[in-house]
Amino acid sequence: MTEDHVPARARLWLFVLGGLVIFFLVVPVLIVIPISFSDSTLLEFPPRTYSLRWYRALLESLEWRDAAWMSVKVAVLTTIVATPVGTAAAYGLHVGGFRLAGVLRLLVLAPLLVPVILTAIGIFYLYALLGLNNTLAGLVLAHTMLALPFVVLSVAAGLRSYDMAQERVARSLGAHWFRAFRSVTLPQIRLPVLSGALLAFIASFDEVIVAFFISGGEMATLPRKMFSALRDQIEPTIAAISTILVVLSVTTVAVVELTRQQKRQG
Amino acid sequence: MSLGLNAAGIRADARRERATLAALTAPAFLILGALLFVPVGWLFWLSIHGDNGYTLENYTRMVVEPAYASVFVTTFELSLLVTALAVLLGYPLSYMIALLPPRAASACLTLVLVPFWTALLVRTYAWLVLLQRHGVVNSLLMNWGLIDQPLALVYNFTGTVIGMLHIMIPFLVLPLYANMRAIDRDYVRAAASLGASPTAAFWRVYLPLSMPGLAAGTVMVFVICLGFYVTPQFLGGGRVTTISMKIQENVATYFDWGAASSLGVVLLVITVAVFWGFSRLLPLRRLTEVSGS
Repeated sequence: MTEDHVPARARLWLFVLGGLVIFFLVVPVLIVIPISFSDSTLLEFPPRTYSLRWYRALLESLEWRDAAWMSVKVAVLTTIVATPVGTAAAYGLHVGGFRLAGVLRLLVLAPLLVPVILTAIGIFYLYALLGLNNTLAGLVLAHTMLALPFVVLSVAAGLRSYDMAQERVARSLGAHWFRAFRSVTLPQIRLPVLSGALLAFIASFDEVIVAFFISGGEMATLPRKMFSALRDQIEPTIAAISTILVVLSVTTVAVVELTRQQKRQG
Repeated sequence: MSLGLNAAGIRADARRERATLAALTAPAFLILGALLFVPVGWLFWLSIHGDNGYTLENYTRMVVEPAYASVFVTTFELSLLVTALAVLLGYPLSYMIALLPPRAASACLTLVLVPFWTALLVRTYAWLVLLQRHGVVNSLLMNWGLIDQPLALVYNFTGTVIGMLHIMIPFLVLPLYANMRAIDRDYVRAAASLGASPTAAFWRVYLPLSMPGLAAGTVMVFVICLGFYVTPQFLGGGRVTTISMKIQENVATYFDWGAASSLGVVLLVITVAVFWGFSRLLPLRRLTEVSGS
């Protein structure tokens, strides 16, 4: 009998099953890495000979480079717009007091609840009327809308564990509310704001379905281009892109995790 | 007299304060209104408006035509199966992480987060590579002599379930683990000291205490499953058609906005109903708090 009253046998089974589930979650993501270094057009595993030909193909392809650049632009702009807008909304809703605040707190989560395909065709229809399909502004606006709940949820969680009295003290000493917010509150909710910004970036960078409808040709984002490429053929060029994206996401997780641990120790 | 004036001044200040706070939320709701509420409202209007005024034909068609019934059945079968499997595999995983010492637990949680942060299309591609006829899984199984013929693991219902399960397990584990971490182990110890067997202590004390997190995770997984598009599109090989795929087909192939919109409206209503039903069982605020952590 162990301290937590889980018998050794049950514990063993639990750890075997848990380990297998983690294996199921992690290994498929990593499998694209060796395949991207294969020398063959076949998707063999393990590859018989290794080479960098798929990375070379990727670098030489103007289409892939354009798509990657497009995605970076859209995601950066989305982050720049969604972070302050979402933070302001989270702050306003948190301090609240005005009528409708309760309803608005639920409505701001709507982009998570409405099926993405419905959002996508709705925006496509609207943009067709406004001439915003296949434009950078259109993509950034749509992605900002989709990213807002992530920023709001993250900042709201930060504000809940923050003591508002500090800001009231600053204001009672004569600081204008914006000054009080900027120099007292904001520094203390810095991490939730940053993680909201990171989530906004990822939400935009990974977004497939809305981009599928409202971007194409030269304005195609990376996921949009991958979507078409996957439909046509599943050659290792995509494995090379996937490897780059996996390395990026693993780095992100590691950095976030390390910051969190440092914060806990500090 | 001066006191009265002061009270009026304070009230005016408070009003101004509330107006400022409301104004801070304005940009967000302007964007949400223009890009979500207006377009979805418009689609709803399209779904009940035909060439000759108002009509419900888009909705009656869903009931009358068997093709639509099968799309709904497929979507629900898929969502229920994936949700059930996610609970069966995700609960033990969360429990295991909750039993581990802090360092090991945070390492495991990081591993759970790796697929969570990886682009959806990358994971879809990975499963295509793994599950194909001559893919990694079939090659390994044949090399080990476990099978003679490659198994049909992808371009069907099985492949779709595997791909969706891989995406959904982290969505179950995150709120569930957040809940389990907050459970005071003394309750289980108390049950044991009062003579409960470990099995009874688990089923009658630990499981009920982990229920809020489990419920939050389950409803989230089920609702996300209902709207799936990309995974069944690539891993289903044309044999699996979900509601979302039917909506896309109606727009892209038939330019039938009425049919697409009405399906979308039904999907939205089902989604909201599931959420609302669950929020009656546990407060929605709690649900978003748990999922937000």
